[in-house]
Amino acid sequence: MALFEYAPAPESRSVVDIKPSYGLFINGEFVDPTDGGALKSINPASEEVLAEVAEAGAGDVDRAVRAARAAYEKVWGPMPGRDRAKYLFRIARLIQERGRELAVLESLDNGKPIRESRDVDIPLVAAYFFYYAGWADKLPYAGFGSDPRPLGVAGQVIPWNFPLLMLAWKIAPALAAGNTVVLKPAETTPLTALLFAEICQQAELPAGVVNIVTGAGDTGRAVVTHPGVDKVAFTGSTEVGRGIAKAIAGTRKKLTLELGGKAANIVFDDAPIDQAVEGIVNGIFFNQGHVCCAGSRLLVQESVYDAVLESLKRRMARLRVGDPLDKNIDIGAINSAAQLERIRTLSEIGAQEGAERWSPPCELPDRGFWFAPTIFTGVSQAHRIAREEIFGPVLSVLTFRTPAEAVEKANNTPYGLSAGVWTDKGSRILWMADRLRAGVVWANTFNKFDPTSPFGGYKESGYGREGGRHGLEAYLDV
Amino acid sequence: MTATTTSAGSGLSEVARSEATLRTFLHGLPGVDQIGAEQRAAMLGTRSIKTSAKAWAIDLAIRMVDLTTLEGADTPGKVRALCAKARRPDPADPGCPTVAAVCVYPSMVPTAAAALAGSGIHLASVATAFPSGQAPLEVKLADTAAAVAAGADEIDMVINRGMFLAGRYSEVYDEIVAVKQACGNAHLKVILETGELVTYDNVRRASWLAMIAGADFIKTSTGKVPIAATLPVTLIMLEAVRDFRAATGRQIGVKPAGGIRNTKDAIKFLVTVNETAGEDWLHPDWFRFGASTLLNDLLMQRTKLTTGVYSGPDYFTVD
Repeated sequence: MALFEYAPAPESRSVVDIKPSYGLFINGEFVDPTDGGALKSINPASEEVLAEVAEAGAGDVDRAVRAARAAYEKVWGPMPGRDRAKYLFRIARLIQERGRELAVLESLDNGKPIRESRDVDIPLVAAYFFYYAGWADKLPYAGFGSDPRPLGVAGQVIPWNFPLLMLAWKIAPALAAGNTVVLKPAETTPLTALLFAEICQQAELPAGVVNIVTGAGDTGRAVVTHPGVDKVAFTGSTEVGRGIAKAIAGTRKKLTLELGGKAANIVFDDAPIDQAVEGIVNGIFFNQGHVCCAGSRLLVQESVYDAVLESLKRRMARLRVGDPLDKNIDIGAINSAAQLERIRTLSEIGAQEGAERWSPPCELPDRGFWFAPTIFTGVSQAHRIAREEIFGPVLSVLTFRTPAEAVEKANNTPYGLSAGVWTDKGSRILWMADRLRAGVVWANTFNKFDPTSPFGGYKESGYGREGGRHGLEAYLDV
Repeated sequence: MTATTTSAGSGLSEVARSEATLRTFLHGLPGVDQIGAEQRAAMLGTRSIKTSAKAWAIDLAIRMVDLTTLEGADTPGKVRALCAKARRPDPADPGCPTVAAVCVYPSMVPTAAAALAGSGIHLASVATAFPSGQAPLEVKLADTAAAVAAGADEIDMVINRGMFLAGRYSEVYDEIVAVKQACGNAHLKVILETGELVTYDNVRRASWLAMIAGADFIKTSTGKVPIAATLPVTLIMLEAVRDFRAATGRQIGVKPAGGIRNTKDAIKFLVTVNETAGEDWLHPDWFRFGASTLLNDLLMQRTKLTTGVYSGPDYFTVD
């Protein structure tokens, strides 16, 4: 037993009021599905059922798209930007006011530690709404012409890793630009989107501007293929993204895709080692590694390999895995049984292919979905764990000798979403950033997000940019 | 005896052979990224220490306090009062642990030595022309020797920041070695005055310089400049003692001093010790708080935990 044993410090669940069942949020009201079923959303840390959620059928999606169209034509489209801004500012403030409630609900439904939902997810959600609220009356100055027009109805499908943050990335710019939306949250994490729907009601957002249709793959397919949708935005796996691109090819719809990644986190021998190790840990173990831009491939210069690995292992032994609502927990639960299975399978393949597997001693709870933080050393570019996205707390460690080799290995992937560079040399950071084929290159940091900064991928990581001024382009007719 | 301890940086004894080797070594230490270090410290500051963990941490923090008075206005009466407080921090609770040490100016050492006799509480004295360190070496050594002769068993010396910032590392090194010799058996705490070194790279280099020169403790500050013991600075120093032990086998203590005024802050430092250097440092032999007002807040929080209610400041002694 440790000398300094931190007593449990659970955040109270009493701030959230989870209803036993939820309908669909269409035209400003919660309604029952007409042709859909129901699915259960569970707490991945305990497998307890949190709520029953409607599964929207094609008819329900059609109702939602019609409501969005009517709101676009009659209310939101003609509304002056400064008035749209007022609603968005109001939503942003309500998110801040109800921040604790949102954070607890996010951790319950997703399994992420409360420290992250409280300190990262929810503050960023509010920040994205504030940021795009500011753009709503300044669109003529965004560089897209003197009077850029919205596209109409946006159909948006988001993933389960940052449920509310991905909603904000989608809804805030769409609404600021004058579009209305039909959004489908992920089937395992719909609850904060439904709470967001309540916030829209509280903000007196005109009916039909935001519609939330819960459900699984079929619902998502109905959203993106609906002929009344003018714009499709998807964040999720490359496989599903490819299917969406095929499904809407030849239509008038505009498309942005934010897909998978296999980012290289590159540590040079002159890096600030202690901070680089923090960055490695944050890069791959933040949000249990359920991050599309996770630094899942560590590239270490051979001359500091031993020092970095020793330091990394010591640091990993300090990671606290367990109850996501405990304020002292660093790593929470894997989001679903299916995802846990995928992480296990790929990890077993890694070991079979000859990489050396290491995890710190760590006690995992009996119930729920858990995976200990894991690193693989002796990984080569040919290993599947160096090529495929694992989307879990699993790091593949490779080495390099020269900057050119680092670039070559970092770019040698079908993906290109993000990369990290750790060095004390400013000139080398710029040299690397010029050559890395990745949408985001972080220098001496990792997994940092800001509403003013565009985010998106190269190659199989997708196309289009979200965030910043660039993020407006996806929702304007330019 | 002294000679072997001063060169105890076993594998590193060659480092101080010349100005060039010392400089090469200190400048070859991995850099510190300021933003990253501050983020790490801020994250550690979010740990929520409650109930049993809090009670344990408060008692440990009390045992780690170097109860300090370093004023021009110090008198024997003031110092005696402080020593009484050190012996029995909470008059209402004999079970309350005593502090680690009392820290005074050299002229007050005889008074404090008499007042602390038989208590087991260490007696620390600042020396070497505290707080500026701007005096000839002979004066500093005499200052140190006088404090030890009068009964101090711990010496808190200041490094010569001017020389350090001028890059004259071997002169700083030689001074620490000389003071260490003048200390005899007394423990040497080396004050880096991190608020004047400014950068974390400097803090890391000064930490290693002091450790190689034979420091038993490295200490952040005198408490006499505006920026004293911050959490990130202490984090960098804890990394230094952790790495120094890994390199040489010798364990060095850390003492943040100045600016730590309440229990919440003290607990953040203990969390940082725990998650940086590790639990081997969670002991008054290896970690101290240089403080005066901190103690009463620790006592108030301790009473709150045992009785369930806050008592006013008038229920704790002002010394």
